[in-house]
Amino acid sequence: MSDHIVLPEGSIEKQTTTLNLGPTHPATHGVFQNILEMDGERILKATSTVGYIHRAFEKIAERRPLYQITPLTDRLNYCSSPINNMGWHITCEKLLNVKIPKRVDYLRIIIMELARISDHLICNSVIGVDSGAYTGFLYVMQYRELIYEIYEEVCGSRLTTNIGRIGGFERNFTNTAFVKLEKFLDEYPRTLKEFENLFKRNRIFMDRTIGCGPISAEMALNYGFTGPNLRAAGVDYDVRVHTPYSSYEDFDFNIPVGTTGDVYDRFLVRNDEMWESLKIINEAYRKVKEFKGAEAEVFHADSPAYYLPPKKDVYTKMEALIYHFKIVMGEIEMPPGEVYSCVEGANGELGYYLVSDGGRTPYRLHFRRPCFIYYQAYTEIIKGGMLSDAIITMSSLNLIAGELDA
Amino acid sequence: MLTFTAPKENNLKVLQFLYDDAELKFRFLTDLMAIHYPDNMGAELAVVYHLHNLEDNIRLRLKVFTDIKQPDVFSVTALFRSANFMERETYDFFGVNFIGHPNLIRILNVEEMDYFPLRKEYPLEDQTRIDKDDEMFGR
Repeated sequence: MSDHIVLPEGSIEKQTTTLNLGPTHPATHGVFQNILEMDGERILKATSTVGYIHRAFEKIAERRPLYQITPLTDRLNYCSSPINNMGWHITCEKLLNVKIPKRVDYLRIIIMELARISDHLICNSVIGVDSGAYTGFLYVMQYRELIYEIYEEVCGSRLTTNIGRIGGFERNFTNTAFVKLEKFLDEYPRTLKEFENLFKRNRIFMDRTIGCGPISAEMALNYGFTGPNLRAAGVDYDVRVHTPYSSYEDFDFNIPVGTTGDVYDRFLVRNDEMWESLKIINEAYRKVKEFKGAEAEVFHADSPAYYLPPKKDVYTKMEALIYHFKIVMGEIEMPPGEVYSCVEGANGELGYYLVSDGGRTPYRLHFRRPCFIYYQAYTEIIKGGMLSDAIITMSSLNLIAGELDA
Repeated sequence: MLTFTAPKENNLKVLQFLYDDAELKFRFLTDLMAIHYPDNMGAELAVVYHLHNLEDNIRLRLKVFTDIKQPDVFSVTALFRSANFMERETYDFFGVNFIGHPNLIRILNVEEMDYFPLRKEYPLEDQTRIDKDDEMFGR
């Protein structure tokens, strides 16, 4: 008795193979799926599915007072969560009209640039891992550990940092934090140089990545690209320079720009951005050390309505007790209005559109997530290429699943 | 940021004008989303476009209002390819039907979902669950 196998309709005439580059795959860094129609090794068509890690942040945010939304923003681009947190606090400060002192701005810049280095390190080393060069990844992980230790000194957590408050930081940077920062600034440039030497003029890496997954500047702009992917295509748009926030206008740094927008250009743009970030951190640290006396103790803005008062005042003074109670219970007075504010995240323009109707929670909060917007171009970019090129293109676009779905 | 409204029939024409004009040059679509105002009878859903003129660094916000009983808005994917996923997300969350969109299906939620979760009438928690005590968890 033999059972006849029933093939699906049209499967004998079908000339292409369907391959599921599924949601759980060692090469896709996060959960997103691509269903590829392939002719041998060439990709003819790709359909992408996202939403495997959708956590309904925008709906949850409609029920949360402002401070309770910061942990949600952590989980957007979780490789560089301080940038998300700072961006959110900057948006709140714009709505609530809070002025930030310079020292806080410089400390924020230090933390944001550390986060940018941390994110670019993952992206670049993972391009190496995906093309077979695992060692670079391990060399630089040690410095990512040091960055995590710096975050831990300031806010207590390593990955999803929930760092800072509306108006500044929760505590002044301790001496240990500065010691760790100095160790990082001392030792990291040598490791970055070693990592760069491993890949930058490596014949195998260049042959593998040059011409792979290119995108033209017009296509990139039409697809809504921002960040290193857009700069690799040739457009020098960087939110830090275009609409400076948090005193970035006081710093002098270059914006690396590529030409063809292929994987090699993206690698080089991110690499050069890491050097520029190091320059910015050194400069910011020098500026922070210049503050003397009482100014060196400033770590938050003077806005008692939005910033938790120090505990000894809460226990002794009436106004501080009232403010503490109101802030913890989420009764922050939000003026009605709409504000769109953006920061330069590691992947591009991370925007927050906050609509407030005067209540205790936002009426509508929308995250403009750069990954979600430029992921649309992925199916276009890989068409006609080989499967292994598609994998390398995916890792060079730096797709973080948390930012894709929110 | 300058915010203005346009009738929903003209949204594509307005965006095309802002794109083509040699002085205005709003050639970058930063964001596309919707807001639900249940109290505006006849204009409950607002589709909001954020545009950016990269050369002169000017940002703009365009709001287009539509009735919730028939939320049809012209799709702008022909002009901005980045609107594709963003319109799908707006459809998924609010039910705005974008006319002319190449593939208007849900993007972030499951395909079987038959309601539009970000509308104000839907509570935060899934009301079909029987294992949770509503007194403690329902918000």
